[in-house]
Amino acid sequence: MNSPLVVLNDVSFQYESQETPALNHISMEVYEGEWLAIVGHNGSGKSTLARLLNGLQFPKEGTINVAGITLSEDSIWEIRKQIGMVFQNPDNQFVGTTVQDDVAFGLENNGVSVEIMSDRVVDALKKVNMDSFLDQEPHHLSGGQKQRVAIAGVLALRPSIIILDEATSMLDPRGRGEVIETIMNLQKEEKITVISITHDLEEASKANRIIVMNQGEIYREGTPEEIFEMDEELVKLGLDIPFSVKISKKLREKGISLDRHYLTEEELVAELWTSHSKM
Amino acid sequence: MDISLKNVEYRYSADTPFERLAIKDVSIDIPSGSYLAIIGHTGSGKSTVLQHLNALLKPTKGAVVIGSREIKAGRKEKNLKGIREKVGIVFQFPEHQLFEETVEKDICFGPMNFGVSETEAKRRARDAIKQVGLSESILEKSPFDLSGGQMRRVAIAGVLAMEPECIVLDEPTAGLDPRGRKEIMDLFYTLHKERGLATVLVTHSMEDAARYADEIVIMHKGTVLKKGKPLEIFSNPEELLAHGLDVPEVLRFQMKVEKAFNTKFSKTCLTEDELTDVMADFLTGRVPR
Repeated sequence: MNSPLVVLNDVSFQYESQETPALNHISMEVYEGEWLAIVGHNGSGKSTLARLLNGLQFPKEGTINVAGITLSEDSIWEIRKQIGMVFQNPDNQFVGTTVQDDVAFGLENNGVSVEIMSDRVVDALKKVNMDSFLDQEPHHLSGGQKQRVAIAGVLALRPSIIILDEATSMLDPRGRGEVIETIMNLQKEEKITVISITHDLEEASKANRIIVMNQGEIYREGTPEEIFEMDEELVKLGLDIPFSVKISKKLREKGISLDRHYLTEEELVAELWTSHSKM
Repeated sequence: MDISLKNVEYRYSADTPFERLAIKDVSIDIPSGSYLAIIGHTGSGKSTVLQHLNALLKPTKGAVVIGSREIKAGRKEKNLKGIREKVGIVFQFPEHQLFEETVEKDICFGPMNFGVSETEAKRRARDAIKQVGLSESILEKSPFDLSGGQMRRVAIAGVLAMEPECIVLDEPTAGLDPRGRKEIMDLFYTLHKERGLATVLVTHSMEDAARYADEIVIMHKGTVLKKGKPLEIFSNPEELLAHGLDVPEVLRFQMKVEKAFNTKFSKTCLTEDELTDVMADFLTGRVPR
């Protein structure tokens, strides 16, 4: 993989009202161009981690380095140019009265000129496939569409990293699918580094790499295949096992041989077909 | 207590330039002690239906029968308190509605509003907090010092403390992690089974509907597209998919396998065990192709 874009070195954080640290000596790296999924149960520290990366909170111990800059109160504005964040609730992050106004909001704040602005707005909306909604008002949009507009608002600022903090958890299945597809495109076509914070393992299965958080610590790190080998251990951590893994396991118990441990649904169907269709 | 919607129509802002037809000709029966799931996309009218179940909205056409009361279009209705006491609604993100200083006061607020004495309300609070799987010691705490999952449970306890005969759940697991989701769904299922509590689940999750409900109603563009037992609903998945609706993931996978092998299994599978049994029989040739 490429060079590390974000480096966390022995980072700890504790909220004032709480007795235990939300993050306990975290060291990790995020590589340029990758899609990293951070998974964990509610309260595992994954959202705190996202807030630290963007300077919404500062670590009590340790350092965070983004694109060569060490995060501090003096450097947050520089770092926020690099990192865009999309939050959970689609209704809490729509600030404009129309789709294009909403996407332009961040650009206006950054003093971008009007000519450049309109190009960037349309360009960003094209990337999330919402360019036919320029003058629509937010209440005419579905949850998935609103989240895509939120992503466009971030894209217009041309960040190198996008953090999605449970951005799909309030959406219906269709909306979730739309947003996940958008993320995949951005990472592949636009080479944007994606960090998605989620407890949806189906979403995480599409990432290049997964970090599992538990009680403020990194519990495990690996490719989706490696992580899903944890099997029942994931359930103990308050997570779930992807559907295709559950089915593969039950099929094996019922005497159907399968070569690999982790297969996506499509791979599983294909493998069953090649090994069993000519019997 | 049975609830039924009879040819219900509802228009928001009726007789104004902003009038909008939300649901039309909706007929649904919810017999006492049953478990019904209402499924549909955002905007399909399911939230409008939900608000008719305890007369928060009154039909602009048709009638809603709740126990011995009939709410009819075009008639002024008074004294709806009795209905609201019997039908408890757990709205989406119910923890946003917590407001009292202590958990106990918050849970007692509902029943006391309906005229229950303080002593009785406190007894109910102790009962309800145990039902949602929390310890009595939490009653003394401020609801705002609790975790998100605990707050959700406290809010649910507030509805249970009214001792409703029917409970309506609007996406009760939204935003929870997989463990929290399963715990909450199992909690409602236990209440339904052990106390005979009639349950209406409004959800996007085809899996939950298939797993827990006796009956499913599918809403589409303001009307009832389909209703029936889970197996009846899902025995024709193509129809659901054609309307842009999902099918449970087990069934979706069954369809993928059937397509790849160019075959049709003898039954519609809704659980992982059913499906893997059928597949194992098929793949090992125990069932002729």
